[in-house]
Amino acid sequence: MPAGGEAAAAASLAEAEDAALRLRGDTATSQGRLVARRFLAHKAAMASVAVFAAIAVLAFTSIGFAGIPGWWDKSYTLAATVVDGGRPTLSLVPGWLGGEGLRWGEHPFGQDSTGKDYFALVMRGTQQSITIALVVGTVATVIGSVVGAVAGYFRGWVDSVLMRITDLVIVIPLLVLAAVLGKIAGGSGNVLVLALVLGLVTWTGLARLVRGEVLSLREREFVSAAEAMGARASRIIFRHLLPNTVGVIAVNATFAVAGAILLETSLSYLGFGVRAPDSSLGLLISQYQSAFTTRPWLFWWPGMTILAVALSVNFIGDGLRDAFDPRQSRAARRKGRTRP
Amino acid sequence: MTALLDRSHSGADVALEVHDVTKTFQVARSASGNNRLRALDGINLTVGRGETLGLVGESGCGKSTLARTLMLLEKPDSGTVAFEGQDPFGLKGKELLAWRRRVQMVFQDPFASLNARMTAGEIISEPWATHRSLYKTGREREARLHELLQLVGLRPSDAKKSPQEFSGGQRQRIGIARALALNPELIILDEPVSALDLSVQAQVLNLLNDLQQKLGVSYIFISHDLSVVRHVTDRVAVMYLGRIIETGTTEDVFERPLHPYTAALMSASPKLDAASRPAERIVLQGELPSPLDPPSGCRFRTRCWKAQDVCATQAPPRRTASEAGRVALPVPTLRGAAPAAHAAECHFPLEDPQDAGLRATAAGT
Repeated sequence: MPAGGEAAAAASLAEAEDAALRLRGDTATSQGRLVARRFLAHKAAMASVAVFAAIAVLAFTSIGFAGIPGWWDKSYTLAATVVDGGRPTLSLVPGWLGGEGLRWGEHPFGQDSTGKDYFALVMRGTQQSITIALVVGTVATVIGSVVGAVAGYFRGWVDSVLMRITDLVIVIPLLVLAAVLGKIAGGSGNVLVLALVLGLVTWTGLARLVRGEVLSLREREFVSAAEAMGARASRIIFRHLLPNTVGVIAVNATFAVAGAILLETSLSYLGFGVRAPDSSLGLLISQYQSAFTTRPWLFWWPGMTILAVALSVNFIGDGLRDAFDPRQSRAARRKGRTRP
Repeated sequence: MTALLDRSHSGADVALEVHDVTKTFQVARSASGNNRLRALDGINLTVGRGETLGLVGESGCGKSTLARTLMLLEKPDSGTVAFEGQDPFGLKGKELLAWRRRVQMVFQDPFASLNARMTAGEIISEPWATHRSLYKTGREREARLHELLQLVGLRPSDAKKSPQEFSGGQRQRIGIARALALNPELIILDEPVSALDLSVQAQVLNLLNDLQQKLGVSYIFISHDLSVVRHVTDRVAVMYLGRIIETGTTEDVFERPLHPYTAALMSASPKLDAASRPAERIVLQGELPSPLDPPSGCRFRTRCWKAQDVCATQAPPRRTASEAGRVALPVPTLRGAAPAAHAAECHFPLEDPQDAGLRATAAGT
């Protein structure tokens, strides 16, 4: 073989080797990619993401949000004449099955006692619930993870003080505290204030979990390495400790969101949350609970929406937990139980 | 106990000087009602410039506590750790950072010592986020990062990978690059190869040796593995229950141990050239005593076959080999450092096997 050919062969061999290495580098799965893949494979979680996204899109585009008009032409504040006893006009049964055909109608979810469009009211309530849930989830997650990480990293008196405060917030009956604070702060009827208040009292569980994780993480050598190079406590907490507790935080954030939706519903039902003329799902249920036997749709529409939102968020949390920690998944647990 | 200074080095050749360092931990009360665990008890140590000092001893003898103290991760109860006369324990702010820059550490577990949520490049360049004055511009840092990667035998493209994508040996290389990022004068290697395969161990040890040749950095090499210590160190310090009981050049300590404990330790390490040495194995009786209730006098006396009454009442003096009645050997000079004396803390130091042989032949004729 001529010398040139040998060189070319060697070059192509090196190229192939490089390509193989590159390929291996691309397919090598990092922690994040593994988690994403497991989450995408979780059927209940993926279905829940779809349901939640559909509800959110419907709620925010239909009646519009924050001054931006939506495609639904009726307002949730405007009273009108009650048509046909306020019965819903939505029909899903096609004509050839003996129904009225696929029809949206004038008032798909019916009308309330004063003739307001119930679809608009329910959509407004859903908007409120989702807004509150996201704000509460964010506030509670931020406070909970920072308090937990600071307590777990510094230990000593810092830990004692922070954990006693946490205990204090835990022993206060949540609903009563939220009701009182909501009454004081939410007098303006602003849901954001109510959401902030709820966030301020629901961070405790996450704080304890994150503290536990950090207590074990801080003994790892990479934390010692950071300390030995003189890194500040804030850098160690935010760059080293919290990113390694992201699994616990993400999972608990979703459960905090689901809890917040139910808490807002309870508060509004009890009359401490959102008040008329604004609307919320809990408020709608409380207003029309006496009409359940005569006009059941006034209960079912907001009720089913609460159920769908809370369930889907819970399933997303389930999927995240399974994705971050496959040992805790249902399948694994079931397998574990059959063992002697 | 008298404060004893390891005076084997002097002046500008000394990189780090540890003087009479004592560290006590508060623990739950033991059976005898003592709740103070003396992890380090009067440690004296010097590390020469460009030298590799081996630190050997059983688990629980205080090796890691000493390493953590030198890294300023633990504060000693008394004693000083000095770099050219500067004691770090009173320092704050910039001066403290400047001190930290001079001593860095490579950790034992290449899996626990790298943050899994960062890329290799982020891990290696992290020190510069704290030591901002070192490499100021992004371009400087980028260039230095590539230089460091090359220095430890990794490719520039590896900077973007996360630690999970590397093997144990490669991860340890990342740990070494991180330690080098601050251009330290001394690197503490805490069992740097004990978690690696044998073939990979050799690679990492060769890398460490090359780096020392190139950069003139000093090492403190902590290890259980005596054959590795023998291969890579210039001098050795033997620790027992929070005290350094013998120091000397690697050859002296391995071939002509003074302290009975050192002799027992060396005999426990397997040798390839069995013919060159008597295959006599010294088996120690009993366990390492609890550092909560260390024996009086000499702490090794409970397991020592040469122990006598005086060992229980008096702390053993530190004696050099010639003071111990050995035939004077020329004291070797190491890597530009001053002569390294061979000394041990023992009432009844061992005889040199060669001396014993000489005497036996003299008596026979």
